[in-house]
Amino acid sequence: MLALTPLLVPLATALLCVLTQARPRWQLRVSAAGALTLLLCALALLQQVQHAGVVSVVGGNWPLPFGVEFAADRLSAVMVLVAALMVNVAVLWQWSDADAAPSAPALQPLLHGLVTGAGAAFVTADLFNLYVWFEVALICSLGLLAQGGALRQLDATLKYFALNVFGTVLLLAAVGLLYAATGHLNFSALGEAMAKLDAAVALPLIGVLLLAFLIKAAAFPFFAWLPASYHTLPAPVLALFAALLTKIGVYALIRMLSDVLHPAPQLLYDALGWIAVVSMVTGVLGAAYHWDMRRILAFHSISQIGYILLAIALASRAGDAAAIFFTVHHSLVKAGLFLVVALVFRYTGHYDLRCIGGLYAARPGLGAVFLLLALALVGIPPFSGFWGKYLIVREAMAQGEYLWAAGALLVGVITLYSMMKIWLEAFWKPHPDSAWRPPAAARVTAAWLGVGALVLLTLWMGLYPDAMIRYVTDASTALRGGTP
Amino acid sequence: MIWAVAIALGVVITAGTYLALSRDVFRCLVGLALIGSGVNLLVFTTGRLVTHVPPIIDAAERQLSAAANPLPQALVLTAIVISFALLCFSLVLVVRLILVAATDDVTQLRAAEPPATDAYKPPLEERL
Repeated sequence: MLALTPLLVPLATALLCVLTQARPRWQLRVSAAGALTLLLCALALLQQVQHAGVVSVVGGNWPLPFGVEFAADRLSAVMVLVAALMVNVAVLWQWSDADAAPSAPALQPLLHGLVTGAGAAFVTADLFNLYVWFEVALICSLGLLAQGGALRQLDATLKYFALNVFGTVLLLAAVGLLYAATGHLNFSALGEAMAKLDAAVALPLIGVLLLAFLIKAAAFPFFAWLPASYHTLPAPVLALFAALLTKIGVYALIRMLSDVLHPAPQLLYDALGWIAVVSMVTGVLGAAYHWDMRRILAFHSISQIGYILLAIALASRAGDAAAIFFTVHHSLVKAGLFLVVALVFRYTGHYDLRCIGGLYAARPGLGAVFLLLALALVGIPPFSGFWGKYLIVREAMAQGEYLWAAGALLVGVITLYSMMKIWLEAFWKPHPDSAWRPPAAARVTAAWLGVGALVLLTLWMGLYPDAMIRYVTDASTALRGGTP
Repeated sequence: MIWAVAIALGVVITAGTYLALSRDVFRCLVGLALIGSGVNLLVFTTGRLVTHVPPIIDAAERQLSAAANPLPQALVLTAIVISFALLCFSLVLVVRLILVAATDDVTQLRAAEPPATDAYKPPLEERL
């Protein structure tokens, strides 16, 4: 039953939020209670999988492989925990006035709907079910994007819609073709049947499936939806998007390539590696060009997704461990950075670096937190990004992929450049308007609590990486059928 | 039978792709919906295409070899419902968008990503 909580708890919360929409204050409280319950369930799930390995439920008393199975292993549990943590931060943020979403009756149900889609995608063990949860997450994110109703938001929603719908249509086609070829949808039965399939048939089928997930993960040629839409969102929704949306695609890639369809044809891993390198480079170059902080961070997401894909493409136990570590690290740090720039927006009234400045003198604490998260993103020791990049580069070197490793290190330097750009422009230089003073009456305690939690977790992952590295190594061992 | 379905599928996907590449945002949506319908047809054919065969297995048999496969029909029903919901949402979205933006040309819809005016720096973000 515990394996179903990542799906049932947010779904029930979303329904309760619909019922309480006439009373916004109660709706927010119900939303917070639901988010907290999800966090407790995620912690219990994590505890359980560390003892039992896999927690699974099969629907309708059908025997496997016919029943729809939900199974949570270590990888699922940590992804669910990140999702639960992020929805707590996003809901808590709405008690502050720092670029919080305008209160709309549909906002809370859609937030929890998005988490339902993500959480259920993390625990499902059925390919068609995975497609359905992708769609649930898609339609809730569309609703969240269109909430504001301004022209730029509607425009962004259209771009997001067109590319993502194409992605889910490809995913559905791939699911249909895989079912036609094997007669199975359950992950373990599908994996066994695929191993017997002729490689010439398997290659295009797996290729279409990976293509669909790459669109969802915003990898190189398919990332246009991400920088077109992220900067139109209010801060808490943006942080949730940054921590969840692309990560569902990344999770599905890890699940397929390292668990279900392992070993996939080598050609696919090679192609994924080069896609990863090009994603890293184009993402970081886009970030270097932009001056709007949200656009800079959105382009960095593409670049960091490249790192995760690179780790998956290494196709080894250590590579998967690095991919999971980096995914968790990136979810926390990127959401934290989006929230910090929302606080910058609260104090200065602008996201564009050319219109702001002087924040280090006015708010040194904010500067320190930004610098900490920025250095974690760049990968300076002793922060969490260092361990993520170290694991990836070490494994790339060990496999003799020196070009990939060099690409990863070079991109780190350009990441440092664009983070320093934000630091110099927003914090270090004096404000262009010398009469500017930060607003005295900012209601930001709740916002600081959320950022503080993310910063503490990042620091913990950076200073005491042992526990996390041991966990992700166990998770990647379990993915390949070993016993940790 | 399978050839007729395959040709129909090809025609639908081709027409959908042609429309989806159009500059008219409304046609673009119709194209995406057509591609979705084509893929639904594909999922429908992933069982076997047989007529007048019930989805019942004889008590003595363990295999589904002679019976119809009901699972793809269940799958495609789900997929149809989802694509219908998405189509409805996107139609409302596009009608609102055309009303607010006063254009239906996708190359003119640049509100979220304004075109560059300076050679080196992106345009200044509009104040919220």
